[in-house]
Amino acid sequence: MSTPALKLAGVRKNFGSSQIINGVDLEVSRAERHAIIGPNGAGKSTLFNLISGFYQVSAGYIELGGHIISGLPPHRINRLGLSRSFQVTNIFPKMSVFENIRCALLWSMGYRYSFWHFCDRLKRVNEKTEQILEMIHLADRRHIPAAMLAYAEQRALEIGITIAGDTNVILLDEPTAGMSLSETERAVELIHKVTQDKTLVIVEHDMSVVFNLADRISVLVYGEIVATDTPDNIRQNQEVQEAYLGKEIA
Amino acid sequence: MLLFMRRYGIWLAAVIVCVVLPYIFTSRLSLTLFCQMGIALIFALSYNMLLGQGGMLSFGHAVFYGIGGFLAMHALNKISGGTLPLPIELLPLVGGLGGLAAGIVFGWLSTERSGTTFALISLGIGELIAASALMLPSFFGGEEGISANRMVQTTLTGFRFGKQIEVYFLIAFWAIVSAALMYLHTKTPLGRVANAVRDNPERAAFIGYNTRAVRTLQFSLSAFFAGIAGGLFAINYEIITAETVGALASGSVLMMTYVGGVGHFFGPILGAILVTFMQVSLAGITHAWLLYFGLLFVGMVLWAPTGMAGIIMMHEPVWKAGLMKRLLPSYLLIALPSLVMFVGVMILVEINYHLSLSINPEAALQLFGIRFKAQSPVAWSTAILLAAIGFVFFRAAKRKVSRSWDEVTQTMKGGAV
Repeated sequence: MSTPALKLAGVRKNFGSSQIINGVDLEVSRAERHAIIGPNGAGKSTLFNLISGFYQVSAGYIELGGHIISGLPPHRINRLGLSRSFQVTNIFPKMSVFENIRCALLWSMGYRYSFWHFCDRLKRVNEKTEQILEMIHLADRRHIPAAMLAYAEQRALEIGITIAGDTNVILLDEPTAGMSLSETERAVELIHKVTQDKTLVIVEHDMSVVFNLADRISVLVYGEIVATDTPDNIRQNQEVQEAYLGKEIA
Repeated sequence: MLLFMRRYGIWLAAVIVCVVLPYIFTSRLSLTLFCQMGIALIFALSYNMLLGQGGMLSFGHAVFYGIGGFLAMHALNKISGGTLPLPIELLPLVGGLGGLAAGIVFGWLSTERSGTTFALISLGIGELIAASALMLPSFFGGEEGISANRMVQTTLTGFRFGKQIEVYFLIAFWAIVSAALMYLHTKTPLGRVANAVRDNPERAAFIGYNTRAVRTLQFSLSAFFAGIAGGLFAINYEIITAETVGALASGSVLMMTYVGGVGHFFGPILGAILVTFMQVSLAGITHAWLLYFGLLFVGMVLWAPTGMAGIIMMHEPVWKAGLMKRLLPSYLLIALPSLVMFVGVMILVEINYHLSLSINPEAALQLFGIRFKAQSPVAWSTAILLAAIGFVFFRAAKRKVSRSWDEVTQTMKGGAV
């Protein structure tokens, strides 16, 4: 098998004396859709924060496409091809929807810190912004400040910002949290579409979403991965049932 | 043609206004005033690159204004000494580059975080430079500052800068060029990403941006324009003292920018014009002008945090919908008690200033052509009564204003009534 898109080896994280992540090993291969499930407080969001560079690992290391990324600041990790969304909506509230997406594109399209280009003249950037707006169904809301969008729309924008930079690895942290059934369906469809041929790692509570999207599932309990397998096998795994699924199914 | 006018019309209008202005208001005082406004306008716009665009509340922006001014002043002395062959028209660039250099250094030092940390570091740097201004007399000139003569041989234009109007045109030129450049900057990737870092620095890092680098760049460019304003200050006054880098100047530009409105590009321009006008005209009328200015500032922060520009832009959709006439009656209704309240407060302020600060408090003072003694109970009770009555009716009128606003908003949302 070729180099995994994302690899965690012996990753630990403690805050003071409390261990949150207790040695996680995980390999996610290219173009795989991988879900991480587990009860509240298992450390799913902490794991995302470690991978994306928001927190520093206490021990172990993380590789992105063969490069060690643990220890790098978030912007460097992003430039190496990993982007993430947040559980709590994390957008640019005072900027227009269009501007939110466009800003998320600028670095990856090479305009970086430029103060000698005019955004409105960057044809490729603006076309791509339009494409993404179409994809996330916000094209007709483009001039509205992001703070004024409805909740589900903000979540869609959150995903739009995350995928805009065209990174190979995408982490989505509970993208459908707080959504109605129909909104969730649309969101799953959207995630399917935007992560085509990309590596996706998703934290999600909604089991229908997980079994719908994931190629493989890892179950995280008290900072440890107790099982990693295909959705069907996870469903039948005794240990998982006890630790987690049992409660929900029963 | 129509597109051209729509896009560049406002700039064309600005040029025409700048050219025509000194021929309409021909007095020496107004010319001095326009020169000050032009300098303040560049300074305030540069400040808004920090506060409005980048979300960096600086208490030390005058550092770059002052350093630019001092460098330009030294350069001017070299020009008149014949050792520097630089045309005086380009002198503001010297100030700008000085501001830029200082901006890169201090920007990098202070932009690791925004918010409170940044504000406090900016305050510290401001104090640091102000203190070293007195310790480094060779550069800052000690107590008496540095002076120079702007009438030099090396010029690009036919101007010799002996006349104030020539200085005015130089300032107007640089004000328009700087304003245009700063406006264009808001349209660039860096300008937009500065907004993103202001709105949400955490997220900006996850779209690939080093937030500190963005802030430092934005800070340095802002310092460049502050330096240009400082260079014009040097030419305009031909003397510069350590006060220019001090906390007072830093506070003043903050207030100008805020009163004008940080949310819109043209806000600081309005603020600079209004505040400079107040500084010059009110100072001639009353000793208490700083107090009135303070009241205005506090009032704006409390009731109109979007500044003058925000108030104007709030009315844009109403104007377009042709509904202004629905708001005007309530505005007139609130203007009257506001005026009454203000007159009451003003009498109180003037009485107190007269009692505590005038040479002879026993002498009568004169307000609106009425002469009275500051000790007179009639004056006191009239003032308090006016202020109180004004306040009561002001509050009632305020409700009326918000009601008409609600109606107008409803109408605009619902289409027709």
